[in-house]
Amino acid sequence: MNQLELKEDKMLEVRFVGDDDVLNHILDREGGAKLKKERTQLLVNAKKIIKKPECDLEEDDQEVLKDQKYVEVLGRDIPESLKNGSAANGGNKVYSFQNRKHSEKLAKLASELAKTPRKSISCNLKDDPEVTINIPQSSKGHSPSDKVQLKNSDKSEFLSTKSSGLRKRLIVPSSHSDSESEYSASNSEDDERVAQEYEEDSNEVVLSQKIQAQNRVVSAPVCKVTPSKKMKRNKTNDLVEEYFEAHSSSKVLTSDRTLQKLKRAKLDQQTLRNLLSKVSPSFSAELRQLNQQHEQLFHKWMLQLHLGFNIVLYGLGSKRDLLERFRTTMLQDSVHVVINGFFPGISVKSVLNSITEEVLDHVGTFRSVLDQLDWILNKFKEDSSLELFLLIHNLDSQMLRGDKSQQIIGQLSSLRNIYLIASIDHLNAPLMWDHAKQSLYNWLWYETTTYSPYTEETSYENSLLVKQSGSLPLSSLIHVIRSLTPNARGIFRLLIKYQLDNQDNPSYIGLSFQDFYQQCREAFLVNSDLTLRAQLTEFRDHKLIRTKKGTDGVEYLLIPVDNGTLTDFLEKEEEES
Amino acid sequence: MATSSVSKGCFVFKPNFKKRKISVPIEDYFNTGKNVSEDSKLRFETYQLIWQKMKSETEQLQEELNKNLFDSLIEFLQKSHSGFQKNSTDWSCQIRLREIPTAALVLGVNVTDHDLTFRSLTEALQKNVTPYVVSLQAKDCPDMKHFLQKLISQLMDCCVDVESREEESMQATQKKTYCSMGFLSSWYMNVTQKTGPKVPSRKRTSSGQWQSPPVVLILKDMESFTTKVLQDFIIISSQHLHEFPLILIFGIATSPVVIHRLLPHAVSSLLCIELFQSLSCKEHLTTVLDKCVLSPSLFYIFQLLLTTQFPFKLSEKVLQALTNIFLYHDFSIQNFIKGLQLSLLEHFYSQPLSVLCCNLPEAKRRISFLSDNQCENIRRLPSFRRYVENQASEKQVALLTNERFLKEETQSLLENLHVYHTNYFLVLRCLHKFTSSLPKYPLGRQIRELYCTCLEKNIWDSEEYTSALQLLRMLAKDELMIILQKCFSVFKSSSGKQLGSTAKRIEEFLTQFQSLDAEAKEEEDASGSQPKGLQKTDLYHLQKSLLEMKELRRTSKKQTRFEVLREKVVNFIDSLVREYLLPPETQPLHEVVYFSAAHTLREHLNAAPRIALHTALNNPYYYLKNEALKSEEGCIPNIAPDICIAYKLHLECSRLINLVDWSEAFATVVTAAETNAGSTVSEEMNEIIHARFIRAVSELELLGFIKPTKQKTDHVARLTWGGC
Repeated sequence: MNQLELKEDKMLEVRFVGDDDVLNHILDREGGAKLKKERTQLLVNAKKIIKKPECDLEEDDQEVLKDQKYVEVLGRDIPESLKNGSAANGGNKVYSFQNRKHSEKLAKLASELAKTPRKSISCNLKDDPEVTINIPQSSKGHSPSDKVQLKNSDKSEFLSTKSSGLRKRLIVPSSHSDSESEYSASNSEDDERVAQEYEEDSNEVVLSQKIQAQNRVVSAPVCKVTPSKKMKRNKTNDLVEEYFEAHSSSKVLTSDRTLQKLKRAKLDQQTLRNLLSKVSPSFSAELRQLNQQHEQLFHKWMLQLHLGFNIVLYGLGSKRDLLERFRTTMLQDSVHVVINGFFPGISVKSVLNSITEEVLDHVGTFRSVLDQLDWILNKFKEDSSLELFLLIHNLDSQMLRGDKSQQIIGQLSSLRNIYLIASIDHLNAPLMWDHAKQSLYNWLWYETTTYSPYTEETSYENSLLVKQSGSLPLSSLIHVIRSLTPNARGIFRLLIKYQLDNQDNPSYIGLSFQDFYQQCREAFLVNSDLTLRAQLTEFRDHKLIRTKKGTDGVEYLLIPVDNGTLTDFLEKEEEES
Repeated sequence: MATSSVSKGCFVFKPNFKKRKISVPIEDYFNTGKNVSEDSKLRFETYQLIWQKMKSETEQLQEELNKNLFDSLIEFLQKSHSGFQKNSTDWSCQIRLREIPTAALVLGVNVTDHDLTFRSLTEALQKNVTPYVVSLQAKDCPDMKHFLQKLISQLMDCCVDVESREEESMQATQKKTYCSMGFLSSWYMNVTQKTGPKVPSRKRTSSGQWQSPPVVLILKDMESFTTKVLQDFIIISSQHLHEFPLILIFGIATSPVVIHRLLPHAVSSLLCIELFQSLSCKEHLTTVLDKCVLSPSLFYIFQLLLTTQFPFKLSEKVLQALTNIFLYHDFSIQNFIKGLQLSLLEHFYSQPLSVLCCNLPEAKRRISFLSDNQCENIRRLPSFRRYVENQASEKQVALLTNERFLKEETQSLLENLHVYHTNYFLVLRCLHKFTSSLPKYPLGRQIRELYCTCLEKNIWDSEEYTSALQLLRMLAKDELMIILQKCFSVFKSSSGKQLGSTAKRIEEFLTQFQSLDAEAKEEEDASGSQPKGLQKTDLYHLQKSLLEMKELRRTSKKQTRFEVLREKVVNFIDSLVREYLLPPETQPLHEVVYFSAAHTLREHLNAAPRIALHTALNNPYYYLKNEALKSEEGCIPNIAPDICIAYKLHLECSRLINLVDWSEAFATVVTAAETNAGSTVSEEMNEIIHARFIRAVSELELLGFIKPTKQKTDHVARLTWGGC
């Protein structure tokens, strides 16, 4: 470790030299005097670290303090601001790296949360002998694997340091938790050994359960202490190491349970909606109050929009309803366009199209998006009586967050007579704008935390636990097929059947054209490959099939619909006929 | 009409009565919603007026600042092109001919302001040097082909006004088909020969006396161009230079070294580079601040009635916030001005009494029309209340009950405030003259730093001020005289009556110093007769005599006349400062002109969405204000909104999260909150809880905390590394 640190410090030292240009640029030469002093201090710091690496913890703390100072300067008189959430805690907490957690903690925290209604978690767990009982039944089932994880995590912590001698030395301070020290022997072992132990462990499920239960009660309070210990370590320079530690190990340290074993695995959109409608929202009075506060700003927003600013809303909770209310109360008498950024098919092109075609009543096409943009810009510049409000829900959505899209929307919004009010939700949304774009947008930020559920926004998304019902593609399939000739239907059915036959083949890339032609001929569906090609073009136009060139240059045909839908479709077809 | 659909994402709404447009005047929005506040219309008009003035002022300033730069640039362009014109056989000229004249324009890192500069530069060049000015941005030119395409299309647009229609269409086809340097130079020959005889009068006047005007190519952001494109272009165009007179202008944001970093020697030797430095943006800021916030008498001559040009002032915190955003975040003048506009708007929007924030006579007129409500507002001002408390009791009663008396008093108070400001800025400038030359700048180098400290507190209480005075007491005579001279001109430029005597005092000091010169000579003669104290001695004696001399100096402390005078000057300045540089909070009615809500500015200009999200998830009590949600640092009660609980649980996991574990943990927490101990959980409830979990998870996914992963079945990956 020491060696490593030494190396790093040496690299650090080199760093400070090249900054002259930047400094000179930022400060006038004379004004730089102050800064220069600081800079030399930094240099001294670095040297000190080299001399005695033990003291780097302290030094780093100082660095952190310095950073805090900077944060303080920025966030001065924070107590004054009542509304802004940033007041509650400085940037430090949000941006520090998290300390490593054991997955066991998840269950534990849950039980704690459940156990202590309206009370803090940090109560002493020793007084609650029922902790283990509170953990749901099944969690016992996976506790051995938990243990393995613990071990694994220990191991991976030390994997970064290669020499085993060092490892042994490091074990001693790390034995702050019972479970860890119990298995510390395995720390110095190789991967294979651990794998073996895993097997042993799973054999010993019954035996180890008792120990586990005991362990839990005892180790819980001990674990409580560890965060503070780790926090201290956090501040030292192995923050970065920790990050890479967590991301480098290829082993996943979670239990192997899957949703399939659970009874309720995936719900479809409809049942999900039905179920959620039965839940009565809590804190409705408070939420209403929050909303009222935001609604009082409507007049101000209109004013600021008219004065050349654009408005962006951020904060937790769907802002769709709020913007909708803004639209219905303030914008009834003016031309406005609502853009659902969360709609999966949205694109800048469609936004521009709706402006040119529906707002400006333009007939005709444009060579490119940029041409279209230029045309719109000119139109609005020429006619100052034109006014347009753009409401964009989720400006940071998957489809709109690209650089080009943002540039185009920014250029639109920089016009005097286009007023933009948008909402963002993603954690890193502000990263999409560089300085140039920000100056185009000319944002005024408003925090509108609503806590309302993102119902509409997440309904399109292929969410993790929501089963795609596929009702939409099925109905469109049926509609298209009905308009086809019987021969064409037969051709398509052939393709479906072939695809379903091959659904278990993971390397299936499609049906090659030649084979397909052969099959169609045999079924008396086509008489030449030209007619087949004509049919395929029609399918392609309806997006029913997709063609792909294989590695051997042969065309492969594939239906881009999931197999469940295809089976449903075949069943329906048979019913009808 | 609904705005949600599964088939489209854009919804256009047009009001039915399209022609009969009843546009709501903007000032109507100035009301704060329900309660129609006082004089909103008047306030809005005042806002508009002041903002327009500020805007034009800053624009003018920007132009002035750029003027020098542009002049030298244009001169360079003309000079470098003249070689091409003369076709001289001079050897050095021949050499120079092979190099592309290049102007490297160092503009600073405030990229957002560059556009303005380039726009005005293009205009200036088109007016003075050549009609062919093309500016390219790196993002339009990823490779050589696009580079040339852009160049050619823009060049042809440049002279489209003199070309005929049909040619334009022909160009359009050419634009697409064929772009090369050869094509360019033949096009250039064509155009110059054609325009030469054809439209002599118009062209000549605009493009100067040249037969063949140069082509100026501006690369706006030189750093972000691909090196290969740049190199290729320079090499190719240097080959064609004799038939295609190109001049390059590089816009550089960092430092001129970057040219050599981007271009190898072989390429950069083809350029004849001259460096132009724009005014650093910080200097720029000082001037902007100086003019806008501090200028008490810029338009004095034009508006005799106006003594303070912008009645609106910023308080210390606001000023600090704005400069912080500027210095630590973007260096952008544009953003600074935006902040200025916002604070102006906020002030007029939120402070009903801001209606009085205008020039003095107008304000006096407006006072007489104030409504009863507004009078009540005045009485409610903290500074006014403080003022009332210090008055005699009859006057107190009169102020609080008699509207007429209140208005009269307000008028005089406003006048006082006005006088205070006039004096304030004079003395501030004067003090700045003194402190700006001190070593180490105890009170800051820029006037804005000094201004901030003065606004914040009584400056004479600060340590920096005492150390500055100490340093002042050590100034040499000629330095002091220069400073005094400057101060004198500051005071003289204003014709304020109150400080007229001050100017006179300074003048007196100056003459005294001058007379000191003559006396000093005499004194010197007198001192010359003194016996030489130290002759050849040994070390012991030397030490002894030195000690004696030191002792002597301390006890007698006989000051020279200069020292006495210097002491006087410093004391005089000190007294000026103590009298006039009181912080504005001490003045009654200061709320009328000072905007102090720095937090709103920071909230709207420099927001922190991440922190807001974090707070909302971690500490719902902060927003919901429900006592049940109150909890200690770092934990949340189990009745918190679903997403908060899911978030909290996910913080406990490392890189990957098992969905089953997560959902079970979630169910444990939620069921504990819902059911009272003992009651059984129905299957339906379990389903509902599962649905809630699904919703919370997909919301977290939307917010960007997790994403689905294929590394392991039924797992999601964590995306954040913050919080705990």
